[in-house]
Amino acid sequence: MKSLEELKAIRDKMQGQVGLRAESEASTRVVVGMATCGIASGARPVLTALADAVAEKKIPDCSVTQTGCIGLCQYEPIVEVIQPGKEKVTYIKMTPEKALEVVDKHLIGGHVVTEYTIGNQLK
Amino acid sequence: MYRSHVLVCGGTGCTSSGSQAIIDTFEAEIEKNGLKDEVAVVRTGCHGLCALGPIVLIYPEGSFYSMVKKEDVAEIVSEHLLKGRVVTRLLYQETVKEEEVIPLVETGFYKKQKRVALRNCGVINPENIDEYIAVDGYQALAKVLTEMTPEQVIDTLLAAGLRGRGGAGFPTGQKWKLARTLVPDADQKYVCCNADEGDPGAFMDRSVLEGDPHVVLEAMAIAGYTIGANQGYIYVRAEYPIAIQRLQIAINQAREYGLLGKDIFGTGFDFDIDLRFGAGAFVCGEETALMTSIEGNRGEPRPRPPFPAVKGLFAKPTVLNNVETYANIPRIILNGAEWFASMGTEKSKGTKVFALGGKINNTGLVEVPMGTTLREVIEDIGGGIPNGKKFKAAQTGGPSGGCIPAEHFDIPIDYDNLLSIGSMMGSGGLIVMDEDNCMVDIAKFFLEFTVDESCGKCTPCRIGTKRMYEMLDKITKGKATLEDLDKLEELCYYIKANSLCGLGQTAPNPVLSTLRYFKDEYVAHVVEKRCPAGVCKDLLSFSIDKEKCIGCGMCARQCPASAISKTDYIAPGKKLPAMAIDSSKCVKCGACMSTCKFSAISKK
Repeated sequence: MKSLEELKAIRDKMQGQVGLRAESEASTRVVVGMATCGIASGARPVLTALADAVAEKKIPDCSVTQTGCIGLCQYEPIVEVIQPGKEKVTYIKMTPEKALEVVDKHLIGGHVVTEYTIGNQLK
Repeated sequence: MYRSHVLVCGGTGCTSSGSQAIIDTFEAEIEKNGLKDEVAVVRTGCHGLCALGPIVLIYPEGSFYSMVKKEDVAEIVSEHLLKGRVVTRLLYQETVKEEEVIPLVETGFYKKQKRVALRNCGVINPENIDEYIAVDGYQALAKVLTEMTPEQVIDTLLAAGLRGRGGAGFPTGQKWKLARTLVPDADQKYVCCNADEGDPGAFMDRSVLEGDPHVVLEAMAIAGYTIGANQGYIYVRAEYPIAIQRLQIAINQAREYGLLGKDIFGTGFDFDIDLRFGAGAFVCGEETALMTSIEGNRGEPRPRPPFPAVKGLFAKPTVLNNVETYANIPRIILNGAEWFASMGTEKSKGTKVFALGGKINNTGLVEVPMGTTLREVIEDIGGGIPNGKKFKAAQTGGPSGGCIPAEHFDIPIDYDNLLSIGSMMGSGGLIVMDEDNCMVDIAKFFLEFTVDESCGKCTPCRIGTKRMYEMLDKITKGKATLEDLDKLEELCYYIKANSLCGLGQTAPNPVLSTLRYFKDEYVAHVVEKRCPAGVCKDLLSFSIDKEKCIGCGMCARQCPASAISKTDYIAPGKKLPAMAIDSSKCVKCGACMSTCKFSAISKK
């Protein structure tokens, strides 16, 4: 390393990784149902797509975690977005492509992708 | 990118309870479940809760698994990592409240802690410089080299009020200032790190070196810039193999990145660090002996002055600080002096790491703001004393320190308060004692240690500590007189006043402080020939209550000295004759007492 810029570049690159270990409560939580039903219907690629996108796009205070069975096995893979002061948004029958859309529009843009939500899909 | 991190503690405590096997099993199971690209396994430094090791922390959930066994790993991987169901059964039970999992920072052990020196321990991978950089590592060095003058660094440390964490509490800023200014035309100066942690029961320096080695390198480079030195030495004891290994890796990585070596950050500042190993002599923790040892000579102290700031290593001006002191410095530079000074008491700023040991539930490493009371440390963080026993005293400062009795349980811990009650901060070992500990025996234990470790250079220490030990031995054997107690005290003051270095000057402290607070125990040994705690074997006698004894004979079978035999007395309501102990044959091992199911055997 020859310069401060290089030090900063390493820090920025690594921060997303180590930041995962922060004890502070992330304000946005993205939860993927990863019980047997979820995994069988393809929750794993959804989870990795979400985790990668959140890290790559450096979305602040956002954690991607998994949870057990949400209870709506026929609609898996299910992704829930929980933000303080807002109603929980439940996306169903997700794919990695849809997940990226949610990252861009919902997590970054702040607009719920209504067409994938449970309320809309069940109409 | 990994979506989940499995942090396995690789400190000495958890390593001895088998954490390497846990890491291997995790890696194998993760591979088997096809999670290799999603889950990272990281070996970290100490988390502090050594009593419950091996410890595994899984992020982003922050699940804290304690006392993990190899057999549990498959379940954690398939349940937690694969299916997202935390294995509540295996969690540290303090984090489970009414079926709900609460964050670790809310538990009794962590709630009152404030981690500054230990902030990265258990969080980053100590063998990966990139992870240290991610948590602002080497930013303080960059700031110092590019934005600050040496005087500003000194002023910051002075304003922060940082005092040496090795025990004596000398202001660090002042030390650096002296080394910078006293010999203005020195051709060479040195920066040294004292990692020769010798107090029995203290292991905070080891944990910092194992968990966050780069912080010490960074702080030493800052010291080098401040005083004008280009070479540093870390004097670390050879008994710390993990610490040595990680330090060496850290030094190599820092050199590779150009964070050590020539022209750091293109500022023209050169600084390099080498390791020197100590052979484990306690006296080498004393600064002049330590430097003599680095020079390649026998580790013996020399008189001061001249102080190291004038004539230190290789007779050049030298700054020598303790590991924990260094671990605070980069944070002070980055967060500012006011931030640091906002913690602690009027004259002792910041935090202090304590190694809790002895009769306490949560054996381990804790870091609390200065001024936290002993009660908070022992009861709230340490989880109290096992088996419902009563607190008797806490020993701080190791063989140089003294005892804090129950009457001072609410004293805020800082340098000056501890000195005022006859103890000292020391490096931060805190050994808790309960009613089963004999204070004379404790004093004897520490004296035995100092007799062993005295280097022999000066007479008061070499002969004096030996004589003190003999007197204590006489007391514990019931052969001493009250006159001996007075002589013992007189000898204490003589050794304190006349010894060459800190080892001898502080060696009588354990005796003086126990004499001060537990004189009654000494008197009981001398006058009544009795050990109130029931520890000193020569003063013990075991006896069988013939009214309670049912004559089962279990005790006689356990007795290694065949000292127990039948009598011809049968207690009312019992069928067999009672047993009795022949005190002339008894070796006082206590085996009979722990065998008897009818509490018929007692010791006095």
